[in-house]
Amino acid sequence: MNPYRLVRARPEPAFTVTFDGREIEALPGQTVAAALWSAGVTAWRTTRGEGRPRGVFCGIGVCFDCLVTVNDRANTRACLVPVRPGDTIRTQDGIGHEG
Amino acid sequence: MAKPLTCDVVIVGAGMTGAACAFYAARAGLDAVLVDRGPVAGGTTGAGEGNLLVSDKEPGPELELALLSGRLWAELAESLGPSVEYEAKGGVVVAATPDELTALSSLAAGQRDAGVRAEPVAADELPDLEPHLAPGLAGAVHYPQDAQVMPTLAAAQLVRASGAELLTGRPVLEVLRTAGGAVRGVRTDRGDVYAPAVVNAAGTWGGEVAALAGVSLPVLPRRGFVLVTEPLPRMVRHKVYAADYVADVASDSAALQTSPVVEGTAAGPVLIGATRERVGFDRSFSLPAVRALAAGATRLFPFLAGVRAIRSYLGFRPYLPDHLPAIGPDPRVPGLFHACGHEGAGIGLATGTGRLTAQVLAERTPDLDLTPFRPDRFPATHDEPRPAEEAQ
Amino acid sequence: MIGAGPAGLAAALAAAARGIRVTVIDSGTEAGGQFYRRPAAEFGARRPQALHHQWRTWERLRDALARQVRLGLITHLTDHHVWLVERQSGSPTVHALRGPLQEEPVTVRADALVLATGGYEKVLPFPGWTLPGVVTAGGAQAMLKGGLVLPGRVAVVAGTGPLLLPVAAGLAAAGAEVAALVDSAVPKHFLRHGGRFAAHPAKLLEGARYAAELARHRIRVAAHHTVTAAHGEDRLEFVTVAALDADGRVRPGTERRIPCDTLAVGHGLLPHTDLAETLGCRLDGTRVHVDDEQRTDVPGVWAAGEITGIGGAALSLAEGHIAGRSVAARLRGREPDRGEWSPAARSRDTARDFATLLDAVYAPPAHWAELITDDTVVCRCEEVTGGAVRAAVGLGAGDLRTVKLLTRAGMGWCQGRMCAPAVAGLTGCRLEPSRRPFARPVPLGVLAQDPDHPSASEPKGRLDTDTGAPEANRAPSKGDTP
Repeated sequence: MNPYRLVRARPEPAFTVTFDGREIEALPGQTVAAALWSAGVTAWRTTRGEGRPRGVFCGIGVCFDCLVTVNDRANTRACLVPVRPGDTIRTQDGIGHEG
Repeated sequence: MAKPLTCDVVIVGAGMTGAACAFYAARAGLDAVLVDRGPVAGGTTGAGEGNLLVSDKEPGPELELALLSGRLWAELAESLGPSVEYEAKGGVVVAATPDELTALSSLAAGQRDAGVRAEPVAADELPDLEPHLAPGLAGAVHYPQDAQVMPTLAAAQLVRASGAELLTGRPVLEVLRTAGGAVRGVRTDRGDVYAPAVVNAAGTWGGEVAALAGVSLPVLPRRGFVLVTEPLPRMVRHKVYAADYVADVASDSAALQTSPVVEGTAAGPVLIGATRERVGFDRSFSLPAVRALAAGATRLFPFLAGVRAIRSYLGFRPYLPDHLPAIGPDPRVPGLFHACGHEGAGIGLATGTGRLTAQVLAERTPDLDLTPFRPDRFPATHDEPRPAEEAQ
Repeated sequence: MIGAGPAGLAAALAAAARGIRVTVIDSGTEAGGQFYRRPAAEFGARRPQALHHQWRTWERLRDALARQVRLGLITHLTDHHVWLVERQSGSPTVHALRGPLQEEPVTVRADALVLATGGYEKVLPFPGWTLPGVVTAGGAQAMLKGGLVLPGRVAVVAGTGPLLLPVAAGLAAAGAEVAALVDSAVPKHFLRHGGRFAAHPAKLLEGARYAAELARHRIRVAAHHTVTAAHGEDRLEFVTVAALDADGRVRPGTERRIPCDTLAVGHGLLPHTDLAETLGCRLDGTRVHVDDEQRTDVPGVWAAGEITGIGGAALSLAEGHIAGRSVAARLRGREPDRGEWSPAARSRDTARDFATLLDAVYAPPAHWAELITDDTVVCRCEEVTGGAVRAAVGLGAGDLRTVKLLTRAGMGWCQGRMCAPAVAGLTGCRLEPSRRPFARPVPLGVLAQDPDHPSASEPKGRLDTDTGAPEANRAPSKGDTP
């Protein structure tokens, strides 16, 4: 069983985005976080103090743990923002802004 | 009721000023007890930005106090520096127009005569000093002596370093007096603390403590908002503010005044002040005040328009009618001392205030003449508005 | 109405059915809130109900909403993220940011406001809780219901509370192996309250259905157990689970490891009260105080659903319905006839009774804070450790705000929403909602522009006092990013 079979989904055709330069497939309707999880990625940020990896925690936009850089825009909440064809997603280090 | 405590001095108020009084009293060999109805730094200290400024002060007694305090802060920073996040970042006051620059330059000249380092910055030198400032400014003055601490940490660390006993969550209900009228301690909701001296370091609530001792001290609240951004790299290097800020500080108006004061912090967020309005102790959020802050800050630093504010908070500056604090013994009540009413400069002026207070407590000659700060300098009026009734 | 979950929709429908023009403002791209979160339309899900309970109720809400939107009585603003509500000359004024990037300002004025902002999950820390692969129980569910994704293949569901059952069942149904359901609740406490549970036959049936689902998926239930730590280098690899003793402490020697790549953990929910607090609404602890009509103590402001106390979808529907009817009557200057909503009031009583019952049986381990070592991160945003938080007490902190100022715990992006319960528990400070005038981050460029005094000419909002209809007033975006 998988989630798609469970709800008998017929997703629209997949498209490609990049994560840290690597191409991954994403589906229309997915958030950035869902696309990354689908690709087996669970961490896309390192903390600014200890440099520890983080990804989704609350999943509903409250905790800000899933911050990521999308199309050069830092501090985007991956769990809220829909993924779009051609998105360039990058691991966000620290505060995400260039010094 | 708890066993009564006995000590040399009771300090009412565990904010920055009370902490500094405790610290310097302990250095003077006095045994101090600090009492506060809330936690440490629970009043104006915890709502401040932690400015240690000489730049915004006109020549006169407040500037002298600021210069003394600045020296003491620098000294303290050597032992406590990192734990209070002391940063000698310097201030930059910018003038938008040639007229403003003329006025600013003449202020700076006077300050220089009083011992302040104030370095003129030409318009074309500004990008080197602050690369992200808006273009088209007329010029600026750089004040290397301006510095910053994290005020809550500073208060808490000074209390700890003082070794004074800290009683938090203990409202002072009464200032105890002898038959002859002299102070003999305070009554709290959980017991008395006996001492021959009481220091009123209650900040914005200093008028209430003075009233407990039977004297009037017209401290009024002047509300201010601060905006805090998301963490950023060091885009703003100094404390940067517009020249009209100095005029706002000195103003007596009750209406909302805003002049942008922008600074980066070691922790990452940019802090944006400063609004001033006299609305009593109204704690409600004011969108117009915060909008004005954002507008002023984005005019000074256009890049901030795309930066997100994540927090805003407010505080009440303890303001006395002539904008000078009350420091020293109160001739009306033997044993009563005041150390409050520093308006928006309390963190910066705390060290000097603490030192002067300790000196008079120990019956030594204070480093500065306290006459301008005399607590009984205001005419005793019975019909003057009390802080709580000032709300519009 | 702020929020399009069960409470907000019930309120909107009840008011609209009585001729009130309603604007529903919601952060979701579709109505339903967290409870009825569904896959986006692009997934073409033909059986979304497979991940839901009470689907019939949703269909009724959805259809009624569509009808009222068609009739023009309800305006549904999706993907609108409210950052502040204020009262301008007595009228509630809502400030929102439109779009997923949340930078386009929108202002809506109304004669009445219903806050139905829902809740979010409370998670108490333990060593390793910041590892990728550790997610909130509700987060795992939201990602599954909305994005049809699983965080891994082998999951442990842990913590305490009624949410864990549907999360475990949902993950298993969607193909994850659920290695254990770990709840700190004590089974005999359920028996102790057996009589009161018997008064809720529908809920018992629901519980029995979950039990059957867990059994069908062979999910081991470890009651009166807790996760003591999550382990892994850069990702979760296994958790340690231990039994609890009668005092709520870990029983030494009972620890065992469970390999997993996902830990879905939660300890109940907390109400989203930021907007209400800034408006000046009275709070009782962490919830908004309301009267029997769901009115807050601020004139013109109602509250319904989890914001008034966590109680689930049935309670939210009842409260929303009553709020909507009350709004309809009050906007016409009439005293509402409470008799008209007595069935909803009865549901509300029943659901509140059940909620207190759940509160009595589901509780984190009494001594959970002992699991937090001095180097366990407590504030996830600012990476403040348990040791630093404990040290703040010695520096003179007696409340959450002072702990925050001394340690930075709660000063980061989430503004303490995640760590406040933990900090309160660690320090003995009272858990009280912190003041958050910004319910979410706002670009300074948006803030700098006053829609009431715009620099460019634009249409102004209008307040229709006859019908109480708000009109969206859209100001141009100034959130240009550098």
